[in-house]
Amino acid sequence: MWARNKYIVLRRIVQLSFLALFAAANLWGWKVLIGNYSTALVMETVYLSDPYMVLQTLAAGFILSADALIGALIILVFYALLAGRSFCSWVCPLNMVTDLAFWMRKKLSWRKKENIMLLGRNARYWILVLGLLLSAILGVAAFEMISPIGMMHRGVIFGFGMGWAVILMVFLFDLFVLENGWCGHLCPLGAFYSGISRFALIKVKHKAENCSNCNKCFPACHEPQVLGIIGKQSGYITSGACSSCGRCIEVCEDNALKFSINNYKKHRREL
Amino acid sequence: MGDNQLNASRRDALKTMFRGAGVLGLGGMAWGGVVDGLKASELALRPPGALAEKSFIKACVRCGSCVEACPYDALILATVDDHTAIGTPFFVPRETPCYMCTDVPCVPICPSGALDSELLKPSDPTEVSKEMDINTARMGVAVIDEEACLAFWGIQCDACYRACPLMGKAITLDFRRNDRTGKHALLEPHINRTACTGCGLCEHACVTEKPAVFVLPKELASGKVGNHYIKGWDKRDEKRLHELKEEQKKGSQSAEDYLNDLEDLIDE
Repeated sequence: MWARNKYIVLRRIVQLSFLALFAAANLWGWKVLIGNYSTALVMETVYLSDPYMVLQTLAAGFILSADALIGALIILVFYALLAGRSFCSWVCPLNMVTDLAFWMRKKLSWRKKENIMLLGRNARYWILVLGLLLSAILGVAAFEMISPIGMMHRGVIFGFGMGWAVILMVFLFDLFVLENGWCGHLCPLGAFYSGISRFALIKVKHKAENCSNCNKCFPACHEPQVLGIIGKQSGYITSGACSSCGRCIEVCEDNALKFSINNYKKHRREL
Repeated sequence: MGDNQLNASRRDALKTMFRGAGVLGLGGMAWGGVVDGLKASELALRPPGALAEKSFIKACVRCGSCVEACPYDALILATVDDHTAIGTPFFVPRETPCYMCTDVPCVPICPSGALDSELLKPSDPTEVSKEMDINTARMGVAVIDEEACLAFWGIQCDACYRACPLMGKAITLDFRRNDRTGKHALLEPHINRTACTGCGLCEHACVTEKPAVFVLPKELASGKVGNHYIKGWDKRDEKRLHELKEEQKKGSQSAEDYLNDLEDLIDE
């Protein structure tokens, strides 16, 4: 039971801990994490910033203070070199909402392929660029003005207002319109982390000799296009779109998948 | 693959690209329209030391650190229904005004530079040792609705005057004869706009059902004279006149020529 649910439990603990620490800073003045996912002060020493937010602000024409710029650089380096796109499934609070929609779709057996030619998985990269363009044109961080992620974490930490309606919209979109629609097709922040995560160290490793081609990992995966090598060859799931959620590892009964450190020097051939 | 097939697939690819670009443009216009609408509202009162509204919404990273730092919980982080740039801090004086903490805790914690302690530099040269002087804050400006103000009716009320942290400077009481009774005085409150910080303690203290004194963003509550009026009694302003004359001399043209010059009037 534990092995089948290990990562989902760990992920929820990590996600909720971040939210709880931020909320505690506002409610009781805890000093562990002050601020929110946009910019946070950690233990009153180091600032961390959302790099896509910083890029939008720069595009809008404002040079942020060194604190925020360095904070964004730390986050950028951390995910790009080490953790990959794990922000999306281990930190982002909206992930709990979209996971629920994904789970409900599965329970309702709505796993049908939609005609999504114009809203494919590459749409998010265009939206990422569009966000920067609009920021430059309008002189304000364009995605931050409408981001349901921001509404979610600010909602939990500072109060929702009508923001819950936008969260509900994302949920309904994912449930009724397009499977994994927000995270997998629209979200420019996810696209940003996908874009920088190709060469991160932590990746899922596949051992093809153990694989019995049961195909259980495909329906479990939120980005199944990254699982191209499954059952065919051993190696790493290198695509930046993989959010290291570990669902494939949990459902695999053949011990053919696990988290591992990708040694790029050794595996240069496989790139 | 034959030439025709190749052309057909190329045509399909171009069509797809064209459609994609169209959808992207559509989405961009919708997105831009929403964002432009959301950022347009200028009614929010910002924390002390905030940059001008336009730069402020550009600079603010929406982290809420200032909100957490405010000991009176006066600052609120805007949600969807607050009609201002979402996630940015503001305060509503009627609910909780800015209590003008002397150490201004909301400003130094700002990680982005949207709240700038430079804008709170002490104006008094004897106080240069202090990093910030909250009295130099310009969060907005108080405006009095004389129709709704009890003091202007002739009823004695100096709630706003007493509540003002710059009593006697930002709000003064002016005495005027009460013509209605003929034997009483009106104690009329007046706002001195050069001293008012926009903290809203007056609005918070006002006793009327809907406050007769309220704080508006300075931009919204200000008029503008225009450059062609000059204060003749002000030496510095008068200097502008001489500068202007010199400028006109440069493009010298006799008055007659100037009046008969139809070049700008006739559209060809």
